Order: sequence, then structure tokens, then C-alpha cells
Amino acid sequence: MKKIIHFRVKPRIKEWIIETLIRSSAVIVIVSLILIFLFVGKETLPIFFSSEIKQEVNLNRLFLPQARQNEKFVWQPISTVPKYSIIPLIIGTLKTTIIALLFALPLAIGAAIFTSEFAPTWLRELIKPAIELLAGVPSVVLGFFGLIVLATWLQNIFSWTFRLNAITAGIALGLAILPVVYTVTEDALSAVPNSYREGSLALGANVWQTAWGVVLPAALPGIFAACVLGFGRAFGETMIVLMASGNAAITSLKFTDSVRTLSATIATELAEVVVGSAHYYTLFFIGTFLFVFTFINNILGQWFVQRLRKRLHGET
Amino acid sequence: MKRIFISLISKFYTSLTGLASVLIIFIVAIILGNIIYNGLPGISWKFLTNAPETGMTGGGIFPAIFATVALVILMTLVVLPLGVFTAIYLHEYASQGSKYVYWVRLAIHNLAGVPSIVFGLFGLGFFIQFIGKNIDNIFFAHTLVYGQPAIIWAALTLALLTLPTVVVTTEEALRAVPDSFREAAYALGATRWQMVRHVVLPQAIGGILTGGILAVSRGAGEVAPIMFTGVAYYLPYLPTQLNHQFMHLGYHIYVLATQSPDVEVTKPILYSTVLVLLVLTVCLNFVAILIRTKTRQRLRGER
Repeated sequence: MKKIIHFRVKPRIKEWIIETLIRSSAVIVIVSLILIFLFVGKETLPIFFSSEIKQEVNLNRLFLPQARQNEKFVWQPISTVPKYSIIPLIIGTLKTTIIALLFALPLAIGAAIFTSEFAPTWLRELIKPAIELLAGVPSVVLGFFGLIVLATWLQNIFSWTFRLNAITAGIALGLAILPVVYTVTEDALSAVPNSYREGSLALGANVWQTAWGVVLPAALPGIFAACVLGFGRAFGETMIVLMASGNAAITSLKFTDSVRTLSATIATELAEVVVGSAHYYTLFFIGTFLFVFTFINNILGQWFVQRLRKRLHGET
Repeated sequence: MKRIFISLISKFYTSLTGLASVLIIFIVAIILGNIIYNGLPGISWKFLTNAPETGMTGGGIFPAIFATVALVILMTLVVLPLGVFTAIYLHEYASQGSKYVYWVRLAIHNLAGVPSIVFGLFGLGFFIQFIGKNIDNIFFAHTLVYGQPAIIWAALTLALLTLPTVVVTTEEALRAVPDSFREAAYALGATRWQMVRHVVLPQAIGGILTGGILAVSRGAGEVAPIMFTGVAYYLPYLPTQLNHQFMHLGYHIYVLATQSPDVEVTKPILYSTVLVLLVLTVCLNFVAILIRTKTRQRLRGER
């Protein structure tokens, strides 16, 4: 009698322990995302609430033009009168991101259309591993390539004033987001049912007309998602821009100037900053800004993916 | 006439997309070719097994290789169980379509999109200054033991960063296991965990392995998250305890490339270090892809 009870109880306890473990893993995922926001975000609070810090840095100083300085937007945290305008950093980030998108989007989307619609099998077997290889290259290696190899080549061709500039960094950055854009686009294109293609071909359209006029419009939300996710990745990427952009916080719209991005600013300055100083809180403010910005961007990307699913399969 | 025109235009656009594909292959070949061509001459047994000498212009990179591997192993010990359990929860335990599952998935997707430098800030703010400091205060009477950059904090930070990779690939693997397998196990009287443990997991092991390897490959190459959580440019010792700082291949590349007084002198070593890191990550990636293709083929064959 005792033995039977023993058998029945033991598996239940084991089952319960394991189930709790499994359930708590899922909780950890959500909790860690919240913790990231809380612990990065809490270090920005003095910018809003500490009167001492607010004298040095506040939202006005961070974003709005400062009349008393000879230049309106200056990022100079280490000087006798520290200047904390993050506008030049945002401009720098946008410049490298735009170049990266201009470089990566046509290549990645073109290649994705080619592989999913036209490519003979042997070529497809060549493109996919090439993209996967590129996806496996660490960003520090791409940064190295931009800094040592690409910058020298471009300098020899164009003889720019600054060897490291937004274009060099942007192209290297483009290499990093290319696999993301390709994969998401390719997924979207191959999610389009074959009946769409067959219908179009039966009506007398050729392969290109089918791809351009039928498949592409059907997969459009997925391609938007690819662009949005690529943008987010480029906006937050650190090592590439840190190494290949020149890291000068210049407020200009010229793409051949050196730039300093938001992420690279954190990477270069956090190691030397005094914990608890206005500069320290400002760097965490930049981190929170990056987090919130990419978060919203991601939600947008996922919204597009869901639109695609709804459109093609009528489900959410 | 119009027909020929249309077909010509179509051919033109089609070849444009083909050109984009060829260009990508070409670029990848150039990057790899350049690194292999310049990096290979510097690779020797001595380079792989010795410590740096004469201000980083000579010697090898053994401490960086050792610590990178140690870091990644520590990371895997955390991320693999956590990621696999989360995927099991999402696919085997949770009721599909519930709000909570939706939130967990949303969190995973967003975790994947958080910039790596923000993980670095989090590692510093949470692991070092919150967890580490509190461990010191409670167990070590306020002496500095864990409240400083260390390999354990860097590994935990990387584990969070690579968590989405593991969850997503594991879930894909679980999805590939046919429901008839589960029903058969239940019919034999298995509990849910027995079913998962003895029926689903053995079938999905290939996919789980893929996720683990992809995570390792990603984790080995990331530099931004470890910059403030434990990496050091040069250390005379190897990290043998959890609270030691460590050298790292990726960080080594970054410092050699940007802070060397004479780039031309360090260039051969720089190239060789890049090659070592690249071989490490790319080989891992290919193994992962190979396993995935094999598993997919097997599953397709069984149906």
C-alpha cells in the first residue's frame, strides 16, 4: 500500500518542480526586458529630478539650440564648460544609418527577389551560404574591415578630407544589416502562396511581371518590416561605427564629414566617466534613448509582419 | 513589337536583381579573401599558444583565445537551459493564443532588437552595481569581490543577448516534431514532462544544438556588451575565477585597430587575430547550418 502511494506522489512532485522551472524561465524573459529598461532608465532620473544635475544638463540643453554658445549644438562633455547637446550625435547616427540603408536595401531586396523568384537552384545554393556567412561575421570584424581596408580604398578613389566619415562607416554598417534585410524579405516573398504566381502566369504575364506586379505587392508589409528592422539594427549598432566613423561630433549635413554616433559615444566615454556625474547620467540617457527608440521601431516592424500574415492567410 | 519591348525590359530588371546577388557574393568573397590572404602568414603554433609580447607588437594571443572560449562556455551554461525551457514553455506548456504567451513572444522579439551597447549598460548597472555590490555587502563585508567588472557578469550579459536566438531556434525545432508523437506518448500514459523529456526533446535535439551553436557564435563575436562588464586590454594572468577580468579576441581587435601607436607594425598581428576570430565564429555558424539542414531533411523524410 505504502509503495503505491510512493509511486503516485513522486512523479507529481518532480512534475511540479519541472513545470515551475519551465514557467519561471518564461517569466525571466519578460522580467529581464523590464529590468533592462528600469536599470538603464533609472540612471537618467537625476537629469529630470536632481536640482544639482539639472543645472548642468537637462532636456533643454540636450535637445534645444543653446544661444550663449557660438555654435548652437555642441557635444563637449569634457571641457571647463561641459556642453551636452546630443543633436550632433543624433545627426551622426542618422547619417551613417541612411548610408547603410541606401547601400543594403537595394542589394538585399534585389537578391531576395532573385533567389525567391528567378534563381536557378545552383545559384541559390551559392547566395544563401554567402549571406549566412556575412551574418556570422562579428561586427568588430566588419568595423576592422571598414577602418583598415575600406577606408583606404575609398580614400584612394575619392581623396576625401576625412579618411573616416559617414560614408565609410555607413557602407560597413550596411554590410551588417544586409543579412537581416535579406532574410526578412526572403521570408515574406516565399510566404506568398504559389497560386498567386500561377494565376498571374496563366493570365499571360511573364516572370518579371509576376514578381513585380503580383508577388512584390502581396509581400509588401514584409518588405516594410525588413526595412524597419534593418533601420533599427543600423541605428543601434556600435562596434562598426565606433571604429570606422572617425568619432568627431560635428553638426553638419555633409556625408563626407567624420561623425560620432549615439552608440559610439557611450562606448568611448563610459569607461572614463565619473560615476554619478552629469556626464555619466547623460550617457545613460543616450542608452535609454536608444533602447526606447529601437523598441518602438521593433514593435512597428512586428506590426508589419503581422499585417503580412493577415493579408496572406487571413489570420493574426 | 510591344511584346519584344516588354520582354526586354523584364530581362533587364531580372538581371538587375541577379546582379545584386552576384555583388553580395563578390563582396563576401573580397572580405574573406582579404582577411585570409593577410592573416594566414601570421598564424603559427607560437601565435596561438603564447601571450602578447613587446607592447602587443609580438608574441601571440593565447590569453584572448582562452578567455573568449571560457566566456562563451559560461554564457552557454546559462543561456541554453533558460532558452530551451522558455521555448518548451511556449510550445508545450502554454495554452496557445493566450495573452501571456503573446507578451512573452513580444519580449523575446524586442530583446533581440535591443542594441548591444544597451546590454553593456545594463550589465554595468544591474549585474555589477546592483547584484555584485549587494553580494559584496552581504557576504564579503564590503570588500570589492564581485562588485567590479568580471567574466561572470560579462557572461550573464551575453546570455541575455543571445537568449532570443536559442528560444527561436528551439521553438522551431519543437514545432517540427509531429503532434502524433505527442499523442502517442500521452496515450501510453506519459505525463507532460515525460512526453517532453522522452519523446519531443530527442526529436528536437538537432534544432536545439543549432540554437546553442548560433548563440555561441554570436556571443563570441560581440564586443560592445562586454566593454564595461569585464574585458581588459592586457592581463598577465588567465581568468581562472568567476570574478576575474579577461582578455577577448574581439576587444583585442578593436584596441589593436584603433589605439595602436603604429598601425603598420601591428597590422600583421591584427589581421591574424581577425582571422582567428572569424574562423571561430564562421566555422561554428557552418556547423549549425549543417545540423539544421540535416535535421530538416530527416524530418521531411519521416513524414
